[in-house]
Amino acid sequence: MAHAATQDHHDDHHSAPKGFFRRWVMSTNHKDIGTLYLVFALTMFFIGGSFAMVIRAELFKPGLQLVQPYFFNQMTTMHALVMIFGAIMPAFVGLGNWMIPLMIGAPDMALPRMNNLSFWILPFAFLLMLSTLFLPGGGPSGGWTMYPPLSLQSSSLAYVVFAIHLMGISSIMGAINIIATILNMRAPGMDLLKMPIFVWSWLITAFLLIAVMPVLAGAVTMLLTDKYFGTNFFNAAGGGDPVLYQHIFWFFGHPEVYIMILPAFGIISEIVPTFARKPIFGYKAMVLAIAAIAFLSFIVWAHHMFAVGLPMGAEIFFMYATMLIAVPTGIKVFNWVATMWGGSMTFETPMLFAIAFIILFTLGGFSGLMMALVPADFQYHDTYFIVAHFHYVLVTGALFAIIAAAYYWLPKWTGHMYSETWGKIHFWNSVVWVNVLFFPQHFLGLAGMPRRIPDYNVAFANFNMISSIGGFLFGASQLIFIGVLIHCVFFSKKKATDRVWEGAKGLEWTVPSPAPHHTFAIAPIVRDEELAHGHVED
Amino acid sequence: MGQQQDIYYVPSRSHWPIVAAVVLFLTVFGAAHWLNAEPGDSGFGKTVITIGAIGILCMFFGWFRSVIRESLAGRYNHQVDTSFRMGMMWFIFSEVMFFGAFFGALFYLRNYSVPWLGGDGHGVLTHQFLWNHYAASWGAGGGNGPEHVGGTFGTVEPWGLPLLNTLILLTSSVTVTIAHHALRAGHRGKVLIFLGVTVLLGACFIFSQANEYMEAYRELNLTLHSGVYGATFFMLTGFHGLHVTLGTIMLAIIWLRVLAGHFNKEHHFGFEAVAWYWHFVDVVWLGLFMFVYVL
Repeated sequence: MAHAATQDHHDDHHSAPKGFFRRWVMSTNHKDIGTLYLVFALTMFFIGGSFAMVIRAELFKPGLQLVQPYFFNQMTTMHALVMIFGAIMPAFVGLGNWMIPLMIGAPDMALPRMNNLSFWILPFAFLLMLSTLFLPGGGPSGGWTMYPPLSLQSSSLAYVVFAIHLMGISSIMGAINIIATILNMRAPGMDLLKMPIFVWSWLITAFLLIAVMPVLAGAVTMLLTDKYFGTNFFNAAGGGDPVLYQHIFWFFGHPEVYIMILPAFGIISEIVPTFARKPIFGYKAMVLAIAAIAFLSFIVWAHHMFAVGLPMGAEIFFMYATMLIAVPTGIKVFNWVATMWGGSMTFETPMLFAIAFIILFTLGGFSGLMMALVPADFQYHDTYFIVAHFHYVLVTGALFAIIAAAYYWLPKWTGHMYSETWGKIHFWNSVVWVNVLFFPQHFLGLAGMPRRIPDYNVAFANFNMISSIGGFLFGASQLIFIGVLIHCVFFSKKKATDRVWEGAKGLEWTVPSPAPHHTFAIAPIVRDEELAHGHVED
Repeated sequence: MGQQQDIYYVPSRSHWPIVAAVVLFLTVFGAAHWLNAEPGDSGFGKTVITIGAIGILCMFFGWFRSVIRESLAGRYNHQVDTSFRMGMMWFIFSEVMFFGAFFGALFYLRNYSVPWLGGDGHGVLTHQFLWNHYAASWGAGGGNGPEHVGGTFGTVEPWGLPLLNTLILLTSSVTVTIAHHALRAGHRGKVLIFLGVTVLLGACFIFSQANEYMEAYRELNLTLHSGVYGATFFMLTGFHGLHVTLGTIMLAIIWLRVLAGHFNKEHHFGFEAVAWYWHFVDVVWLGLFMFVYVL
């Protein structure tokens, strides 16, 4: 326990190291790594978004317009893989990296070097995956779920499988780090039941990640050996079953869905109390609801496979288990609304996105309930109805929460206020066009338009054109976001206060804006009145 | 400055993470290229895998060397130690889930897909229209599916080599525990003996497993291609064997570190982490012995 030991890492204790490579590539700082994650996620969001633009352009009119069907299939597959593993998940990890140590009063993440490795694996994984688009035979085209036997026909399979292995390693290490940080690094006085709900949501999400990413790794490994090493896991002639893949995949896939939404719940639970100037309604119920949703996520996977030919008993079990999820989710929505009830509300951009989240995510939840019904799902399965459903929960759900979080914490990160006017322009454009984009897809799906097909019956022409126009304008609206971010980071003259928002509570608002390179090197003394949930025992 | 001794150690910048990311990428990029290689390929993929694999070894060596140096310099306080423990525990949990995927596949194939192909329950139409001659059973005679993929095969008799392997692994779990108790009591000689025995037992297991594989391929015609029976048998035991190999290497490194005097009565998390890993590998084997060999 020598003095010399602590001496040399004190050199850069208060300012960021000089030099691009030293600061960003060799970093062990949770804030810098969080920034890397967020910038990476934003880049991937635009790459995945450009794939979506190709899809909507092709679907603008019936008939084959712009691209060949095979390339169209690569676009739908890559759009999903890039958005899920490249945009939404890294964005949440980035937010967790930045905010969890600040929220619990920790000096950094528990395992800082591993934290950096978790990030730096990702650009290489996506290099591997995106490179398949330029290889002979093209990228993966069997859908992001990679169902065999279709996915086994593509020579890009090995690249995609290995890319997924890398992403899995990254996610598991990231999740281990987050759990160790939350359980081991809290400042004295920060009891588990005083933690911000965002931290709770990440604790439970991290558990889900460690539990299911290895299962995905196992599933894609079986694909790999089936294609290249002559195993018969998914080949009926050898006693296997393609449906087995679907079971393993969705045992991962359903918790994965909640990995992409639980941190969003956490974000909304931070933002709503701040702008309603009231503590969250039903703190413990909120925490328990997240835990209940996480538990249920393990016993509902087969609702993705109702139409595949499951035994009746399984269909009934998974139908009822799925509908149970509406209970804890309903508790959350009720509590957000009850938090706003009687509050003195203001509507800054983060709050606008949060309210849009509550309304539109709930809409996505309702269409989910519709599909939980087995007999009804036989009609909706693999139509644009499911496309509309999961875009409501992932775009107006997960993505809106991420954007809300970015506006909410941007002043803390940069020390400057963003432009409220342009933030609101961004919000109104997003919220209008996203509904023009996805709402008509409900009708298309109910009328029977199948997903993942580049051409369609002329009967679907009008709604598709409306949807495509919404898509282009929603895509263009996100350029406003880039403008707001660049302005805030580099040009904004308006300094942010430490507290930033009048009603903000929690440790992250007690440090200066911008947050210094190192915070809480010595654990702060946590006082209940500083916390958003300090009085939960009452 | 007295208080700062108990500060949580946040390492300064490090080049190991980016090195790790690059070498991991090279390995899998080379592997993907190799898997898709045409006949008469220049061998580019294999070269890249080799560079990547050597890079991974160097990375582990370098990264752990800096961790060991920091540890010996006394930079890790009790709280850092707890972080390491949690990290290892959750890593082992992720490994459990990885094996869970393959055990799940085994149970599904054995209890559902093979019987359904044989006309049981809801898959009866596949049976009627495609393979109505197929009488489903598990193991030799039915476990390679209706097309008899891989030809007639025999199964490994559980009460021969597999039983021996079970005894080897169970014994090794005992010896590693004795070594741990000796370490806590400060008897370094005893630690070296019992940890050394554990390493040898691990090596014996790998040797005997290799023999079993050779026997399966040469005499039983049980191969990776023997339908789902062969696939589950070799993937489960293969991944387990890989983990035993890694565990044995880790134990050997810990043996060298004991020899170098890196551990004392209180601080020996490296030893404990590897011991946990070894017990995990042991428990997985018990599951394998039960569900792959005996039942």
